[in-house]
Amino acid sequence: MLKFREYVRAESLEDAYVRNQKKSAHILGGMLWLKMQNRTVQTVIDLSDLGLSGIEETEEEYRIGAMTSLRELELHKGLDAMTGGAVRESLRHIVGVQFRNLATVGGSIFGRFGFSDVLTMFLALDSWVELYHGGLVPMERFAAEGTENDILVRVIVKKEKRRYAYLSHRNTKTDFPVMACAVAVGEGWRSGEGERAAGRAVFGATPARARSYELPAEWLERFQGSGEEERKVLAAELASVVPTGSNIRAGKEFRSHLAGILLYRGLMEALYGGSGQAAGAGAPACLTEEKEGQRA
Amino acid sequence: MKISLVLNGKNVEALISDDRLLIDFLRDHGCLSVKRGCESSNCGLCTVFMDDKPVLSCSVLAARADGHRIDTLEGLQKEAEEFGAFIADQGAEQCGFCNPGMVMNAIAMFRENPDPTDDEIREYLAGNLCRCSGYEGQLRGIRAFIEYKKKGGAS
Repeated sequence: MLKFREYVRAESLEDAYVRNQKKSAHILGGMLWLKMQNRTVQTVIDLSDLGLSGIEETEEEYRIGAMTSLRELELHKGLDAMTGGAVRESLRHIVGVQFRNLATVGGSIFGRFGFSDVLTMFLALDSWVELYHGGLVPMERFAAEGTENDILVRVIVKKEKRRYAYLSHRNTKTDFPVMACAVAVGEGWRSGEGERAAGRAVFGATPARARSYELPAEWLERFQGSGEEERKVLAAELASVVPTGSNIRAGKEFRSHLAGILLYRGLMEALYGGSGQAAGAGAPACLTEEKEGQRA
Repeated sequence: MKISLVLNGKNVEALISDDRLLIDFLRDHGCLSVKRGCESSNCGLCTVFMDDKPVLSCSVLAARADGHRIDTLEGLQKEAEEFGAFIADQGAEQCGFCNPGMVMNAIAMFRENPDPTDDEIREYLAGNLCRCSGYEGQLRGIRAFIEYKKKGGAS
């Protein structure tokens, strides 16, 4: 159980930043995971008065304040439409509505938790973390490196015309995922992600922290041109590079098996809008249309 | 530290320790419907409304409630009684331990979505655990209540 001596509502980001430089201080997000930790801190810093709750939309991006609740994110119509329901799917299994009314986007991302559905989903989006001193940092870099005592101000999600899917496997409803997988397919990947990247797959709860993997265009074309069984084999092969491990929820071998299955189903959903169980081989109409549109 | 909030429609001012949890503050102020269940933010038993949104009072600092409106079951007697009768009709209250939290969250659901489907009910109430596993009875009671409200409140 968390213990602390002093609760402070920061008056500004600078105030929060200065206070947070002390090792004995800690920024409060939703406090749900922090509360479960057996530790004592001197000061907890609350960002609630800094106007960081809410989602702004511009022509190019969504700007999600660090104190925005997961429930607000779940119910956001713009993000839901852009991701074809994937963002909502990534959130709706997290405990319950009351929990998601408290849990914050900033707390979920900043913690870089291995079990995080939220981080898994955001890694599939073209998303950035805005740090008070560190500025804009790509989500992949933030997930890998984190930050010691900077302040996460907001998360930026660029509007990209891609198709998304989010799947997770849980032993029981509302539990942490045994394995989670987010898939994004489409164009416009940033340089450095490979010239011929046509998508991204993110595996979370492996049980380590989520990591994203490029889907090469050639591989995706082969996947699309294959039959159902071959697609499953291709997905399993690609997912075999994902490092997995064992914990109380599942063993390494089971997780590795799940990785291939979730990737296959995620791709089928993102490409064809369904689980793929009934989908046959051949060129999918929806992707052909998009490719023709892009050529035009 | 000193906090002031509106608790069940009444202004309350109090001196609290900085790390006081809202659940303890509420029980100190006579709201004994707010119970401590799992204390790991999973069971929904301690559900209260903060500015009309259902939250887990075991996971909110009382300090964070400063300047906000908090409602517990004690402040929602009419709504709770009306709905609770339908739960009782199905024998779904069983041991009764989870009922305050479940009733609070069901009221939040009815306010947000007055005519939910069964799947929407299950999803909204997923964070309310019943140790008697009386979920089917609860679902029947909720369905019956929704039908009653659709008919304008006449049984």
